[in-house]
Amino acid sequence: MDVGIVGYGVYIPRYRLKIEDIAKVWGADAGRVKQGLLVEEKSVPGPDEDTVTIAVEAARNAMRHARINPQDIGAIYVGSESHPYAVKPTATMVAEAIGATPNLTAADYEFACKAGTAGIQTCMGMVEAGMIKYGMAIGADTAQGAPGDPLEYTAAAGGAAFIIGKNGGETIAAIEGTCSYTTDTPDFWRRDMQPYPRHGGRFTGKPAYFKHVLSAAAALLQQLQLRPQDYSYVVFHQPNGKFPLQAAKELGFSTEQVMPGLLVTKIGNTYSASTLLGLAAILDQAKPGERILAVSYGSGAGSDAISLLVRDAIEEKRNSPKVLDYVNKKIIIDYSTYAKFRRLLVK
Amino acid sequence: MGVPRFWREIPNRYNLIGTKCKNCNKVFFPPRYICPNCRRVGKLEPYKLKGRGKIYSYTITYVPSNGFEDQVPYVLAIVELEDGPKITTQVTDCDPNDIKIGDEVEIVFRRMGEEGEEGVIYYGYKARKI
Ligand SMILES: [Zn+2]
Repeated sequence: MDVGIVGYGVYIPRYRLKIEDIAKVWGADAGRVKQGLLVEEKSVPGPDEDTVTIAVEAARNAMRHARINPQDIGAIYVGSESHPYAVKPTATMVAEAIGATPNLTAADYEFACKAGTAGIQTCMGMVEAGMIKYGMAIGADTAQGAPGDPLEYTAAAGGAAFIIGKNGGETIAAIEGTCSYTTDTPDFWRRDMQPYPRHGGRFTGKPAYFKHVLSAAAALLQQLQLRPQDYSYVVFHQPNGKFPLQAAKELGFSTEQVMPGLLVTKIGNTYSASTLLGLAAILDQAKPGERILAVSYGSGAGSDAISLLVRDAIEEKRNSPKVLDYVNKKIIIDYSTYAKFRRLLVK
Repeated sequence: MGVPRFWREIPNRYNLIGTKCKNCNKVFFPPRYICPNCRRVGKLEPYKLKGRGKIYSYTITYVPSNGFEDQVPYVLAIVELEDGPKITTQVTDCDPNDIKIGDEVEIVFRRMGEEGEEGVIYYGYKARKI
């Protein structure tokens, strides 16, 4: 495998809703909810934001970071479960907004929270096969939980874009390998035309998240003949704070390897962006020679594990806005403003 | 606005593509195709504006236009871009009481409106305080 990351960019909306505020509305014990999820606040998109605007901002940051000609992008894949159109690809609007049109292929992906890493794998294959020079994969979401549903505490918004190219002087991290694990597991779903997802409650843990995440990660480590000690960082999909910490423990990774990429505490579960935002936060601080394991999870269900080795060019490309800049720049809103922004009020 | 007009203006609305006169270096947005300074000797070419500027003037809107009911009170501003042109645009993600003339802003990509629940969604630029 001779492909890697040429640049990346992120975007997180400024608005935040505190867990206390949601708990108060539904008569829940905020302390217990926060302790159970290890989440304090979640990001909320503004009334003029959606998956398209979030994907565009992340894509533009990635273009500034990579410093490449947008006309050299041969493919754009946008993974999301909240595309604003059922038919009309988010990827077309992103391509136009970064000046990559018209000579490229583009499509939207959907695989719950792992459609972004699926896009990375597609771009890897196309670059490796010589079909395209660069490919852009984006994970972006404005997730919604039904009012009063446990998902409402964590369903958040954000996006991350990665540009994949052949390894060379401009590569900030080489992709050493990838492994996936996919089964038919009905842990979480949303039927066509329905506004909110349904989920299997406790069923979402062991047979869903852990089985897929752990299997994909173990298969990749085996394939590359690497051990957890060979890695400086690990990032998992973050539906809450507890799952990734437990997954790390079961695989033999330490909490220290997880923390730099653990963002769910401050911004909630950004769905398709979750693993990718965590990976971006790690790349923001990683040094050449360090190794990163990223494992996504999408309900339905599947996991993609990707192993990366950071290269020298990362030091020359420290120009992009950092993930933590977006995490820390925030405007706290209350539940009623949130309800208005998310069009939850019946008029 | 209508879908055809929106579609024609996508380069301007998404990417701030204006024009620049090669003769006098003046930048125009929305794009002009004849330079008012140079007339016949003017040479206008497409030019992508940088997307940063300052608030030149603003007003706080309490009585919304159609489709903006959920956003009141909101700020409409004249933003003087670094490249020269002044554009009228909404300032998003802000407390209206926190806006001053001279504030530095960046141009961001946002939803401008939609043709009801079933129609097309219009995207374009707004300003946001840096
Ligand atoms: Zn002129």
